[in-house]
Amino acid sequence: MGGFGAKVDKFIEMFITYKGYVKVLEGLRNTLLIAVLGLLIGIVIGTLIATVRVVPKYKRLPRVLNAICSFYVALFRGTPIVVQLLIAYYVLLPLFGGHMTGVEVAILVFGLNSGAYASEIMRGGILSVDGGQLEAGRAVGLSFSTSMIKIVIPQAVKNILPTLGNEFIALIKDTSVVSFVGATDLYVAFNYIGSNSYEFMVPYIVMALIYIVLVLLISLGIKLMERSLRKSDRRH
Amino acid sequence: MIDVIDLEKHFGGKNVLNGISVKIEKGDIMVVIGPSGSGKSTFLRCLNCMEDPTGGQIIFNGVDIADPKVNINIHRRRMGMVFQHFNLFNNKTVIENIMLAPVYVEKQMLRSIKRTNFGIKVKNLFRKEKKPLLPIETTQEKIKADQHEAAMQLLKRIGLEDKADVYPSTLSGGQKQRVAIVRALAMNPEVILFDEPTSALDPEMVGEVLDLMKALAKEGMTMIIVTHEMGFAREVANRVVFIDEGQILESAPPEEFFGNPKNPRLQDFLSKVL
Repeated sequence: MGGFGAKVDKFIEMFITYKGYVKVLEGLRNTLLIAVLGLLIGIVIGTLIATVRVVPKYKRLPRVLNAICSFYVALFRGTPIVVQLLIAYYVLLPLFGGHMTGVEVAILVFGLNSGAYASEIMRGGILSVDGGQLEAGRAVGLSFSTSMIKIVIPQAVKNILPTLGNEFIALIKDTSVVSFVGATDLYVAFNYIGSNSYEFMVPYIVMALIYIVLVLLISLGIKLMERSLRKSDRRH
Repeated sequence: MIDVIDLEKHFGGKNVLNGISVKIEKGDIMVVIGPSGSGKSTFLRCLNCMEDPTGGQIIFNGVDIADPKVNINIHRRRMGMVFQHFNLFNNKTVIENIMLAPVYVEKQMLRSIKRTNFGIKVKNLFRKEKKPLLPIETTQEKIKADQHEAAMQLLKRIGLEDKADVYPSTLSGGQKQRVAIVRALAMNPEVILFDEPTSALDPEMVGEVLDLMKALAKEGMTMIIVTHEMGFAREVANRVVFIDEGQILESAPPEEFFGNPKNPRLQDFLSKVL
């Protein structure tokens, strides 16, 4: 194990003396930035799409919107996020002559991608609420939207929030692909340390540990959230 | 009060209601019976357009509410509905269940008066003769307090005032259904539609719900009830209607309906259920 000790020493030297931690912090910041902003954009897009998809479709406009949303969801769920990232950065960005950094593009793509997943999570959450709840709201003379806002959605949120937390975990881990478009994330940071010290074992293990700690923290948050939601179920 | 003319409903290619015509007067207690799949529940659900009729008219207080252009929400407030599975709002306490709709409707009215007044104020700036504002006699807080008081009265009536701040999940089936009935009453409806109100109840809880319905009937509430409780129909109804295959086959006062049924299918049905 003497070899391992030397490797750890080398990593610590790279990490502290040669300021590898600056790169790691930058990577951590970008990872969190992409995941958090991506999730927020995803929630906004997901809410819009889920709304369109649960509204009754008697008229033409909701039907057209519904078709567009179905296409959107199929597109973003049907292709790997790496492919979306590559197309956005190397095809669409030059095509429209935009000036965006890899991180900005990544935030956008992750937002659009998680929007598709979030919309399905929300739609499922709304559909899981007993149809009688909406009917009862309509029967006392509330409009469709009022019944949804006051009765159905508050109940759906209990199903949606924990699942959205899982989506957040998936996003955090998926950010490890943004190096494809030249953004510095945790992977790039530790790869940098590894290639400068010719020693990859320890950096990669530390990287894995950081991901695990992040995910464990989020899972803990979800668990606490679930517990507080359950509590309101039992409240007397 | 409700004039159903040639009501039709088909789901896809299947005809569920084939031209039902019936008149319901104020104070009527009409019980609808029929075998399962006969269309009796669909008929009831068409009356407040929970299911959109595909043909015919439903004239409620002079307005054809089957017309899709009509704002159905306004008319539904005058027509309470009680469901087989209670459908209390799970995310609201018992008292909030009762107050929700009346408070919402009154607040909306208050808001619309305020909007109108704002318009008048703006136009008054350019008028020589100022137009008076609409009077506002209430506030958001007063609406809430009044409706809370009214809801407590309703709960007292069914003996559940101690359950006011409890969530529906903790109530028994009979208690849920009684709360659902007073939730409908809170809107001061002209008629209440009951869709098999006792079918999902344990037998020992049927009585308390039927007792409440009998009390309403005595007070002169107009009621349309789909039920399998023949005893209740005989005792309370002033008209019993037999529906099969989407048509009214017999409509008569209970004595005649049960004592001297004319339609052979009704005779057959009664021989099985009585």
